[in-house]
Amino acid sequence: MTLRRHHDMGGLDAGPVEDSEHDYAMWEKRVDAIVKVLSTPERKLLSTDELRRGIEELGPGVYDELNYYERWISSATNILLEKGVVSVDELGRKMAEIEARWTADRENLASETRS
Amino acid sequence: MSTKKFNPGDSVRVREAYPPGHVRTPYFVRGCNGQIQQFVGSFANPEELAYGRDGKPEMQLYRVTFKQSDVWQGYQGPAADTLVIDIYEHWLEPIS
Repeated sequence: MTLRRHHDMGGLDAGPVEDSEHDYAMWEKRVDAIVKVLSTPERKLLSTDELRRGIEELGPGVYDELNYYERWISSATNILLEKGVVSVDELGRKMAEIEARWTADRENLASETRS
Repeated sequence: MSTKKFNPGDSVRVREAYPPGHVRTPYFVRGCNGQIQQFVGSFANPEELAYGRDGKPEMQLYRVTFKQSDVWQGYQGPAADTLVIDIYEHWLEPIS
């Protein structure tokens, strides 16, 4: 039995470091901006420590599966739900609405390209 | 303001504790002996901030030096190599 929590991996073998430069995707920049806005002194809806705690609570499987900013947005989402800043219903409906809009936009774009 | 328990040069041992919540003391250094290098300051407790509380009372933070050979089993580098970690007072125990 290990007493080490999954995220606490300092000193473990991790393979080679990828040292190539890469830009961030637009959604990753948005996640960064959302977290910064939530953390401002006027709002104080999310602290660095809460964000970290939320990432640590994702569990080993999800932690390994998600990339850096996916962990951030998952943690931020869970903490905002916990605090009642957004409700499950409100968030679910908004996500469905955006997904529908996104699908429609892609279909329109595809048909415009064909004609 | 609470008073400081340690001074630079004091020998300390990191508590060998494994609480379930959010902690800032790395796993690999728990149970290791080190030496206080400097007092960093008093800060809101991150173990409390992580759960949306105010982190009061503030905790004393120290910069602690460890010999690499005391941290890693079979360390191959130079014997003088050290590692410095910021650790909160409640994670440190005095060694006489």
